[in-house]
Amino acid sequence: MTTLTAQSVTVRRGARAILDHIRLTAAVGEFVAVIGPNGAGKSTLLAVLAGLLEPTEGRVDLDGEDLYRIPSKRLASRRAYLPQNPRCEWPISVERLVALGLTPILPAIGRLPAAHARRIEEALRLCDLSDRKLQAVTTLSGGELERAMLARALVGQPEILIVDEPVAGLDPRHALDAMRRLAAYAASGRLVIAAIHDLTLAARYASRIIALASGRAMGDGPTGTTLTAALVKETFGVEACISGEAERRYVDYR
Amino acid sequence: MIRVGLVNGLIVLLIVLIALGSLLAGRVWLPPSLVWHELWTPGPHLSTLIVTQLRLPRAVLALLVGAALGLSGGVLQGVTRNPLAEPGLLGVSAGAALGAVVTIYFGVADRFTAAAPFAGLCGALAASLLTFALGRGGGTITLILAGAAVSGLAAAGIALALNLAPNPYAADEIMTWLMGSLADRSWIQVNLILPFVLVGGAMLAVTGRSLDALSLGEAQARSLGIDLQRLYVLSVFGTALAVGAATAVTGAIGFIGLIAPHLMRPLVGHQPSRVLLPAALSGALLLLCADIATRLIRFGPELKLGVFTSLIGTPFFFWLIVRLRKAAP
Repeated sequence: MTTLTAQSVTVRRGARAILDHIRLTAAVGEFVAVIGPNGAGKSTLLAVLAGLLEPTEGRVDLDGEDLYRIPSKRLASRRAYLPQNPRCEWPISVERLVALGLTPILPAIGRLPAAHARRIEEALRLCDLSDRKLQAVTTLSGGELERAMLARALVGQPEILIVDEPVAGLDPRHALDAMRRLAAYAASGRLVIAAIHDLTLAARYASRIIALASGRAMGDGPTGTTLTAALVKETFGVEACISGEAERRYVDYR
Repeated sequence: MIRVGLVNGLIVLLIVLIALGSLLAGRVWLPPSLVWHELWTPGPHLSTLIVTQLRLPRAVLALLVGAALGLSGGVLQGVTRNPLAEPGLLGVSAGAALGAVVTIYFGVADRFTAAAPFAGLCGALAASLLTFALGRGGGTITLILAGAAVSGLAAAGIALALNLAPNPYAADEIMTWLMGSLADRSWIQVNLILPFVLVGGAMLAVTGRSLDALSLGEAQARSLGIDLQRLYVLSVFGTALAVGAATAVTGAIGFIGLIAPHLMRPLVGHQPSRVLLPAALSGALLLLCADIATRLIRFGPELKLGVFTSLIGTPFFFWLIVRLRKAAP
């Protein structure tokens, strides 16, 4: 079973510790929501876990192997990463954008093997974009682009999916859809780690919560028992009111 | 898929036809029947000499240089994700020009045919090494700024050479060389640059997949397993070898590297890897046509190729900027 382990991960910029001795173990099947105020170190933690930013101290292991010693091609075929507000610089078609997710397994030159075309179709269908596949990505709306990027990340069927703020800027319906997709992907036996600002969405769909403030872990555990008014108070400095159960849970602020 | 093949096929066809035409066109027009007849009859003939020793190497040189410029432009626009990028951007052209100008200044160029091209190549390599050393690890913007700084340095060196020119003839020779031309080049120059253009071209040609991934930005490209350092090394040194060698024998020829990828991009669906081959082919075609035009347009002295491409290219540049401004929010 695939597990990702971080041991006392610390990232320093100058004297400031952006991440301060973070430790966690996450396994496939989990949907981990990383929450915390702006500047808490969420994006940095995700980049470290994705193998893109080597920590100043501590180490990250994927199945017991040092994440930063795994060849980048091999790692790329096992985990996908989406940064905040992903963009595409050229007006290529949605289909071509999604195909870029297969880069780690494509031959160095030549055209797309036929077997991959089916995976692209499948990813497009999953993200509700089948009718947009020939449209230029630069003409998509914000929500559509977000979905296209998610399809790009899912097309390689990575064991680990790391997404930085996948629902920022989405309208309620698309935000709910995106969270359901991520939850379903985790439930299908993959590990999903996402930074999420909307606590209601995190409370409803994530199986596990990691709360960060000033680079330190304030809480880590199953959503139901971890995401409490006390944790929200401690992490964000606001009084919260948490009600309801599972997919009907609400987090509101006073 | 079919469209990309069709585009490439059409350009190749045009290249063959126009290259054949270029063998006949010039100050002396040669009727095809005469050339064909004399080519197969033994003995030295004037038309055969003109074709094989003057016009054929010139056409081959135009194709090589144009392809190098077009390919490099396509790669650099992909690397920088900036549609205004071109080989001159990395300081390669200016470095090559400075190298060649130094040999002219010291009079070495007159004594050895290979001196100016060789020094030009060294200048291009030195300039791109400096650009890369300055801009390394800082991302695209730093690379572009480093290129601008190195270009500035090389331009200052050229200005200094003009300033201190020992006599008006040397200054005139430098100016003429800077204007860029394919006139009076022979097989010697073709053979001289061929290995460099081939090696540099190969380095540029293998960047396709990385360029595609890079259209998602550096973070996503790295997450897809792309080695960005390798990409930068291949594109900078590939450009230094291919364009540096080309500039070293022809002088500065601008805008081909800017225009060629642009013309092709909409035809092949904008994907950076698919732009590369058509950009190389259309660069070759454009330069071939431009060279024929300089031979046919006559008002007084010969129009220099570099001047001609700049005259044609600058309005295109203006149009690009206006279009980019409209596209911006």
